[in-house]
Amino acid sequence: MNIVVLVKQVPDTATERKLTSDDFTLDRAASDGVINELDEYAIEEALLLREKHGGEVTVLTMGPDQATDSIRKALSMGADKAVHLVDDALHGSDALQTAYALSKALGTLEFDLVVLGSESTDARTGVVGAALAEYLGLPQLTLAGKVDVDGTAVKIQRQTDYGYDVVEAQLPAVVSVVEKINEPRYPSFKLIMQAKKKPVAKLGIADAGIEADRVGTAAAATETVEASPAPPRAAGTIVKDEGDGGAKAADFLAEKKFV
Amino acid sequence: MAEVLVLVDHVDGEVKKVTTELLTAARRIGEPSAVWVGEASDSGTAKLAEYGAQKVYTAPAELNDYVVAPTAELLAKLARDTGAAAVLVSATAQNKEVAGRTAVKLGSGVLTDVVDVSADLVTDHSIFGGAMVTKAKVRSGAAVVAVRPNSVPAEPQAGEAAVQAVEVEVPEAAKGARVVERVAQEQGERPELTEAAIVVSGGRGVGSDDFTVVEKLADSLGAAVGASRAAVDAGWYPNQFQVGQTGKTVSPNLYIALGISGAIQHRAGMQTSKNIVAVNKDPEAPIFEIADFGVVGDLHTVAPQLTEEIGKRK
Ligand SMILES: Cc1cc2nc3c(=O)[nH]c(=O)nc-3n(C[C@H](O)[C@H](O)[C@H](O)COP(=O)(O)OP(=O)(O)OC[C@H]3O[C@@H](n4cnc5c(N)ncnc54)[C@H](O)[C@@H]3O)c2cc1C
Ligand SMILES: Nc1ncnc2c1ncn2[C@@H]1O[C@H](COP(=O)(O)O)[C@@H](O)[C@H]1O
Repeated sequence: MNIVVLVKQVPDTATERKLTSDDFTLDRAASDGVINELDEYAIEEALLLREKHGGEVTVLTMGPDQATDSIRKALSMGADKAVHLVDDALHGSDALQTAYALSKALGTLEFDLVVLGSESTDARTGVVGAALAEYLGLPQLTLAGKVDVDGTAVKIQRQTDYGYDVVEAQLPAVVSVVEKINEPRYPSFKLIMQAKKKPVAKLGIADAGIEADRVGTAAAATETVEASPAPPRAAGTIVKDEGDGGAKAADFLAEKKFV
Repeated sequence: MAEVLVLVDHVDGEVKKVTTELLTAARRIGEPSAVWVGEASDSGTAKLAEYGAQKVYTAPAELNDYVVAPTAELLAKLARDTGAAAVLVSATAQNKEVAGRTAVKLGSGVLTDVVDVSADLVTDHSIFGGAMVTKAKVRSGAAVVAVRPNSVPAEPQAGEAAVQAVEVEVPEAAKGARVVERVAQEQGERPELTEAAIVVSGGRGVGSDDFTVVEKLADSLGAAVGASRAAVDAGWYPNQFQVGQTGKTVSPNLYIALGISGAIQHRAGMQTSKNIVAVNKDPEAPIFEIADFGVVGDLHTVAPQLTEEIGKRK
C-alpha cells in the first residue's frame, strides 16, 4: 500500500509568531520553522500502516526552501522518500489554494491513501483535508482517532462532538488524523543518518500542472486586510491564598454578576 | 436584500444557541435563511423564527449518512439558486470542513474561526493563540464563513421562518465515505462545552481521575466542565472535553482554570473568553498573564471554598 503523508512546516508555537507588514502573510524569518505537530501523528500513522501492510511512505510538502528541514525530520522518522512542491508563485496561497496545489502534486504520484494532520498550528483552518478530498473526488475520512485498512476497504473512527462515528470507504481515500491516534516515534540515530541519503524530488508548479494564475497571494479568494497585535488584556488581580482565596474569587464573581 | 444562508446546528430537534448567534450576524448582512438537514421540528422552527430566519430550507436527513460532502453539495446548490451573499456555519471541526468544501464548489473563499463579522462581510479573527487580531474578507463570490460559538451575542427579531423542502442530488463521489455507526459518549446533564456561558476546566493540578472538585464548582455555577490535554492524556477526563488547540475552542463569558499552567496550545482554545479566573499554586504559571482574577494557591482548598461561597450567596 502506497501512502502519501502531507507535512507542513510551521513557525514554532513556542516562539513569537508574526505576519509580514506588507501582505500579512506568515513572516517565516521571525520564528524557527518546525514540523506542524499534528503532522508527526500523520507520519506515525502512515509508518504504522506501512509496517502492517507493506508499501512505501512518501512525504509531500508545499513550502519555501527552508521547509526541507521538516522533510528531513519526516524522513528520519522512517518515511521512504519525499516530494517538495516549491515555487515562488505559491507564496501567500490560502487554505483552498494550498489544497488545490497539493491535489495537483498528488496527481503526479501513485497512492492508495493520503494521510494528513487535522489542523496546522499556524493557520488553524482545518479545511485542507476536506478541500483536498473535494478536489480529488476521493472519500473524506477526516478527524480520525483510529484507522484500519483491510484489503481495499478503509475504516476510521471519526471524532465528533458527541463521541465518534465509524466511517467506511474504499481506497484510495484521504485520511486526516487527530492527536489521540498514536504516539509519534523519535528518529533513531541510524534513521537520521539514512535520511540524509533518501531522495527528495523538487516539483515546481509547471511540473505539477498548476496554473500560475490560480495560486499565490494575488489569486487568493481570501484577503487579510488588517493585522495587529491583540490589545493587551487589562492586568488582572492576582491574590495569594491565605485561607480566603476561594472567598475572594467569589467576590470577583459577584462583582462581575456571575453569582 | 440578498439572502444569507445559515446552517442550523440541532440536536434532538432543538436548535443550538450558536445558530441563534449566526442568525443575528446574518441579519447584519442580508436576509437570513436557515438550512436544516433533516426534518425541522416545530420547536426548532419557532426558535429560528424568533431570531429572524425568513425561510427554513430543509433537506433529507440521509445527507448525514455520508461525511460532509452532501451537506456542502446542499449549501452550494442553495447559494447558487438564491444568489446568497454569504453562507454562515458554526466553527466546529465538522462545519469548518463543510465550509471548505462549499467554498471549493462555489469557487469562492472560506474564512474560519471568525470571532465577528460586519455588514460588509469583513471578518475578525484571533490568531496565534490570541496574540494577534486580523481582519479578512473574501474577494469574490459568496463568502463562506465559520463563526466561533459565543462570539456574536444573539438578539431576537421576528422572522417568517417559512419552511421549504429542497431537493438535492447527491453525486456518487460525495457518497464515498459512509457513516456506518454513531457512538455517543457520556455527556451528562451539564451544558455543552462550546455553548456554555461558563466553563470550569481542570488540568494536571487536579492530580487524579477524581474530577469532583472541578465538577462541584461547575455545578454550583451551572457551567460546563473542560479539561487540559494533560488531564485528558492521563485518562482523568474524556477526550471530548479537551479545551485547546486540538480540542474544543471555547469563548464563554467566564472561564475558570484549575491547576492548568496555560500552555500556548491550551490558550489557543480559551483565550477569547470574556473573563478568566485561574487557580494555580505556581505564581509564575503563564495562565496568570491572561487571568482577570487569579488565586495563587492549592486548588483543592480554594475551589471547594469558592463552591461553598457561591452556594451561600445564591
Ligand atoms: C500538537 C499539540 C497539541 C496540543 N493541544 C492541546 C490542547 O488542545 N489542549 C491543551 O490543554 N493542551 C494541548 N497541548 C499540550 C500543552 O502543550 C500542555 O502540555 C498542556 O496544556 C498542559 O496541561 P496542564 O496545564 O493541565 O498541565 P501542566 O502544564 O503540567 O500544568 C499543571 C499546573 O497545575 C499546577 N498545579 C499542580 N498542582 C496544583 C494544585 N494542587 N493546586 C493548584 N495548582 C496546581 C502547576 O503549578 C501547573 O502550573 C498540545 C500540545 C501539542 C504538542
Ligand atoms: N503547505 C502544506 N504542505 C503540506 N501539507 C499541508 C500544507 N498545508 C496544510 N497541509 C496539511 O493539511 C493539514 C491541515 O492544515 P490546515 O487545514 O491548514 O489547518 C496539515 O496538518 C497538513 O498535513
